[in-house]
Amino acid sequence: MPVIEAKNVSKIFGKNPKQSIKLLDKGLSKEAILKETGNTVGVNRVSFAVEQGEVFVIMGLSGSGKSTLVRMLNRLIEPTEGTILIDGEDLVSMDKQALRNVRRQKLSMVFQNFGLFPHRTILQNAEYGLEIQKVNKEERQKKAKEALELVGLGDYLHQKPNQLSGGMQQRVGLARALANDPEVLLMDEAFSALDPLIRKEMQDELMDLQSKMQKTIIFITHDLDEALRIGDRIALMKDGSIVQIGTPEEILVNPENDYVEKFVEDVDRSKVLTAQHIMKRPETVNLDRHGPRVALERMREEGLSSIFVVDSKRNLKGYITADIASDAFKSGVTDLKEILKNDIPIVEKETPMHDIFDLIYNSPIPVAVVDNEKLAGVIVRGAVIAALSSENEVNLHVE
Amino acid sequence: MLNKVLDVVPDIPLADWTDRATDWITDTFSFLFDPVKEQFEEFMNFTSETLMEIPPLIIILAVAIIAFFISGKKFALATFSIVGLWLIYNQGLWEKLINTFTLVLLASLLSVIIGVPIGILMSKSKIATTIITPILDFMQTMPAFVYLIPAVAFFGIGMVPGVFASLIFATPPTVRFTNLGIRQVSAELVEASEAFGSTGAQKLFKVELPMAKSTIMAGINQTVMLALSMVVIASMIGAPGLGRDVLSALQRAEAGAGFVAGIGIVILAIIMDRFTQSMNKQKDN
Repeated sequence: MPVIEAKNVSKIFGKNPKQSIKLLDKGLSKEAILKETGNTVGVNRVSFAVEQGEVFVIMGLSGSGKSTLVRMLNRLIEPTEGTILIDGEDLVSMDKQALRNVRRQKLSMVFQNFGLFPHRTILQNAEYGLEIQKVNKEERQKKAKEALELVGLGDYLHQKPNQLSGGMQQRVGLARALANDPEVLLMDEAFSALDPLIRKEMQDELMDLQSKMQKTIIFITHDLDEALRIGDRIALMKDGSIVQIGTPEEILVNPENDYVEKFVEDVDRSKVLTAQHIMKRPETVNLDRHGPRVALERMREEGLSSIFVVDSKRNLKGYITADIASDAFKSGVTDLKEILKNDIPIVEKETPMHDIFDLIYNSPIPVAVVDNEKLAGVIVRGAVIAALSSENEVNLHVE
Repeated sequence: MLNKVLDVVPDIPLADWTDRATDWITDTFSFLFDPVKEQFEEFMNFTSETLMEIPPLIIILAVAIIAFFISGKKFALATFSIVGLWLIYNQGLWEKLINTFTLVLLASLLSVIIGVPIGILMSKSKIATTIITPILDFMQTMPAFVYLIPAVAFFGIGMVPGVFASLIFATPPTVRFTNLGIRQVSAELVEASEAFGSTGAQKLFKVELPMAKSTIMAGINQTVMLALSMVVIASMIGAPGLGRDVLSALQRAEAGAGFVAGIGIVILAIIMDRFTQSMNKQKDN
């Protein structure tokens, strides 16, 4: 069962919103409804389900409705229509008391501008969620301290938020959310107010924490790089609707429509694509069966200046160049082992393209891609350049 | 001819209606007003008598010491307090000073006790804001003398109607600033408080009021100052204190006596202003 499930959730701002819902159902666009009724469509019939332990990124430009959407998940904004299930319970129909309990126990939120209470110390901020549940002081301070230590702020308990840097303040925000031990973390542009270096650091730390805690995280961002870095799945929003939901790769490589394509075209693909996306089937000769003659013949057929050598189990053994093979052939050498060269640049299937650049630039021969020491593919310079161009379809099918 | 249009409706006896309403309120609620007045008078007399029991020197020194600490261990306010209060004592106005102080203190306290909750109500409810805002305008712009009349009708003459009149005049800033202060609390902090499952009361007491504190304190400071400015007017209906000296000096055209009593009010005003302001600053840090 999904931890959080949204079914057909909509939000209309303005008077008589139910009527605008009907217009939406009739298929009118956001602009048409604004013109006709004066109402703004914040979120347009959005559905998704998030599983336990998943990092689900909702991403879109400003005005796409992502912040409205996340606020409907804890009903800071009331949905106009639709169902939101938390652990199978309908959030929308809950009374105030039940809603408070869900907010206290299951959902915690981290805010863009941190939302820290300036009149409270770091410790008091972190214990706020427990304090309003009337947990006794000793216990809530203990839990708050643990949460603060988790984010590396154990030494700042009695400072005030304004004495801390932005990155540290957001750690407090994170600790405050974690102190409640919620099932779901709602993070609304949590790192957007931080400068790029700190942002990256925080993303890494969040991923680190996530690998330990396995919370369900719903992360809002307008930054595609951020979404690609931390998201298990990404929902891309435009004008209040979800345009595409998928893994970072699916979004990048198979954009569902022009909008998504345009969105992802500026992405630094080298950070997302890995060796397996750009490698080609390697031409090889078998160390045990073939000699220089076969190697030369094969290179000539394929127009290559070098060729990889494997054993019968496809373990990569080395390579030979055309010159060497030709010399060997003339001087009567028949065993490839004698002329084998070993200085091959090797990368794993999961190596990001970004890390392959230098390797391939400095190497006279193609880069070998291995999977458990078995040769899986080969990367030539041309493939790297082609993959970087967004015009180019990339082969996602990896054997 | 055209003026006849304006005369279609005969004169509305607004004054008569008000008279009758005042009479009716006086008669109907006298069972309420009388004991309130008695209790209140007793309390005020007790307060001012207690203050007068304390030797002036001790009060002056106490004020100076407090002034020294709340102004961040600087001597300016402490020195001013000593010299100013001594001057009032020297001019034989000590007893009147205490009376005036009691009046201002009680009027301000009541203003705060009434004003802060009303301000909170306004910040929470649009309807309340719509209703209360014009009432506040009315209270602040209606000439103060006008509500001295019903004050006398309700409470007779003396200190109590003086407090009543001050209350009407001085409460609006506290109400307005409380409302403003709470509305100014950043939306994200309110959201944060709600997102963690705060009840309305928890949100108010743990986030909104602490955040609005300095704005509310600024309103209270204004309230104290306005209450003080009512001292002279309240003396017209028999409230004792420095205001009475100003009034009698005015009636007898005694510039000197008027000036001396006036200076007394100014000194008290400056001290009270600095005290309430520094309470605000202190809590900020």
